[in-house]
Amino acid sequence: MAKAPARQRKAEPPKSNRERPDEPKRFEASKEQLLQFYKDMLLIRRFEEKAGQLYGLGLIGGFCHLYIGQEAVAVGLQSALSDKDSVITGYRDHGHMLLCGIPPKDVMAELTGRAAGISKGKGGSMHMFSVDHKFYGGHGIVGAQVPLGTGLAFAHKYNDDGGVCLAYFGDGAANQGQVYEAFNMAELWKLPVVFVIENNQYAMGTSVNRSSAEDQLYRRGESFRIPGIQVDGMDVLAARGAAEEALAWVRAGKGPIILEMKTYRYRGHSMSDPAKYRSRDEVQAVRDKSDPIEHAKRELEGAGVTEDEIKKIEQEIRREVNEAADFAEQTPEPEASELYTDVLVGTY
Amino acid sequence: MAIEIKMPALSPTMEEGSLAKWLVKEGDAVKSGDIMAEIETDKATMEFEAVDEGTIAKILVPEGTDGVKVGAVIAMLAEEGEDAASVSAPAAAASDAPAAKEEPAAPAASESPTPHKVETGARKMYDAASHDAETPDPEVPEGTEMVKMTVREALRDAMAEEMRADARVFVMGEEVAQYQGAYKVTQGLLEEFGDKRVVDTPITEYGFAGLGTGAAMGGLRPIVEFMTFNFAMQAIDHVINSAAKTNYMSGGQMRCPMVFRGPNGAASRVAAQHSQNYGPWYASVPGLIVIAPYDAQDCKGLLKAAIRSEDPVVFLENELMYGRTFEVPKIDDFVLPIGKARIMKPGKDVTLVSYSIGVGIALEAAEKLAGEGIDAEVLDLRTLRPLDKQSVLKSLAKTNRMVVVEEGWPTCSIASEIAAICMEEGFDDLDAPVLRVTNEDVPMPYAANLEKLMLIDSDKVVKAAKRVCYKD
Repeated sequence: MAKAPARQRKAEPPKSNRERPDEPKRFEASKEQLLQFYKDMLLIRRFEEKAGQLYGLGLIGGFCHLYIGQEAVAVGLQSALSDKDSVITGYRDHGHMLLCGIPPKDVMAELTGRAAGISKGKGGSMHMFSVDHKFYGGHGIVGAQVPLGTGLAFAHKYNDDGGVCLAYFGDGAANQGQVYEAFNMAELWKLPVVFVIENNQYAMGTSVNRSSAEDQLYRRGESFRIPGIQVDGMDVLAARGAAEEALAWVRAGKGPIILEMKTYRYRGHSMSDPAKYRSRDEVQAVRDKSDPIEHAKRELEGAGVTEDEIKKIEQEIRREVNEAADFAEQTPEPEASELYTDVLVGTY
Repeated sequence: MAIEIKMPALSPTMEEGSLAKWLVKEGDAVKSGDIMAEIETDKATMEFEAVDEGTIAKILVPEGTDGVKVGAVIAMLAEEGEDAASVSAPAAAASDAPAAKEEPAAPAASESPTPHKVETGARKMYDAASHDAETPDPEVPEGTEMVKMTVREALRDAMAEEMRADARVFVMGEEVAQYQGAYKVTQGLLEEFGDKRVVDTPITEYGFAGLGTGAAMGGLRPIVEFMTFNFAMQAIDHVINSAAKTNYMSGGQMRCPMVFRGPNGAASRVAAQHSQNYGPWYASVPGLIVIAPYDAQDCKGLLKAAIRSEDPVVFLENELMYGRTFEVPKIDDFVLPIGKARIMKPGKDVTLVSYSIGVGIALEAAEKLAGEGIDAEVLDLRTLRPLDKQSVLKSLAKTNRMVVVEEGWPTCSIASEIAAICMEEGFDDLDAPVLRVTNEDVPMPYAANLEKLMLIDSDKVVKAAKRVCYKD
């Protein structure tokens, strides 16, 4: 077949005259804020490393998806939330939960399937919730959290409570049909929701380029008139800056917005994924060049935080995580009678 | 030769309608495609178009007439060259009005074809579904005043009452607001509650089922209407994975108090993709409440209970039943308990267990059995999950024989479940095997004769009942 002649490209692509959010600015954090971001990211990193270890020891079973490498995304975004706002995500959820203020031992004890776990040991890694902390899961079906999060936003608007829902999903979920059903309704009804695409480059073993006709995922809302912003998800300050812009847009009643957070997971998709679809060098290169925690550490040093102070933080976090792990290992499993509870709320 | 214009059938189950408005008057010329009248059925208002050309010679049924039978001559059309003034009404035309019982005598000449009343399986079910309970519901206090109401009105009133009582309750779905409901079940709700609480959605079942579930997680009380449960297949992931399991997975912290409702089961001549009973599907899922009521009273009392429930409820209505009229107790705030079966007719020889439209067939069968000296008890399960085992076993202990009547497939059905319960927990009470009268184990065919073969009817029930009574 003859090749069609290349079309003459116009100099400038046509620009929409719709209002668009401003290009977000990198957040200017105070020293205290920067320290907090660092602590939060480090807590997630150490927590996940410990979870991986416990998995290897057989204390955690089933599927266990670690957030290592992606910490700056959730830390940057969730630091901008107020207590009116809600958070929902998929199954790579441990980090988001910790940032909602759920104690590490409650999460870790859920991972080990203990009665003291946040879901009484009935949910496991992928199914954790805390209504008190406005964390609505923890959902195991790829993409399900997108309409669910849109529903939380519907409730925020219905109740006129000023809240916004932060609905996270991955580059894999971005190809699910229900995501676009939710986009349509969210924009149609101007619902207060920030759709966060955590683009860690791989949907399990399939890279974005191999699965997505439009691989610039921030554009995925265009046909629904939802603006999108692409953000460096390896930089906590860039993430926070984007959150400021997105929340301002949504809180002004302009409807939903998409943040595509370009990030990277160091570990396999889940604990059982040998990650043969990418080279060790690729992972190492990201670790060396773009690690969000190392990045923040350099910022801290620049802000005059001493090596000793940083070391102290690290020790404190290690202690907290070890305590959570010890607790999760020692606290008892659920009573057998718990098998039959919480199926229904009412008695009929 | 003048042409008779007859009352058209606008749906397979339509028997009569209202002539809401004439858009032509005597002496008007019409050509094919012109809208002549607006005809109202219990579902919708439809436009009635001319097929033939000519001049309207006589209007025989004035606008605003209710209860005009399908096939009644409503106007006469003078053909080209014919003198409109000389056209006379057919002999019996005057008696075509609602009061008339007889069909007009067919005039010899040029006649527009009379709409066919096709004998279908769905029509037989629809006809059977006119049977009232023969015994009062013990949940209704003795001496309560009863009012006549359609199933459709009962469902609407249940939603309206609960929406008045609780600001968290809202209804969403396709065509629920401006269109007033695809089957008019949400009629009038938009006017009373506004578009914040009566929400038209795009055609996006997976999306809005998820959105509704999220809203329930966020503290609201959604009623999610599926235009039919056939379309809920697109959304079943959220019904089961998101709504039903959340309370358990969260260790009881996060609830999903919501109702998924809409018509379920076979309708008339809509074939395989639009005719199936999802009762057994949903009833197999822990974490769901599944309700499939028969008459208007149960629709009202149980839908109100469903909306108030802290658990996700799948509420299975039946399209063929919407226009059926039953007596409903006139009680402020009439709420029925979920999970309780109801004896529709007491009897001593055999128990016919059913739910939804099957109850009408069971009642019709009981009537026929009475003629043959068999006194059947009819038990309406009403709730499929949790199933009222005790009432089933109690009735079995009384009659020692059981037939399950289910408008649905036989395999892995509610009927199978009832049979298992009787085996496991009522074995000593059984004087005969439990028999299942269900639809045939094939997709729903379109052809009228095949549809009839596919669906349950009272004769099949009578046969099974006689078999378990060893009287066949």
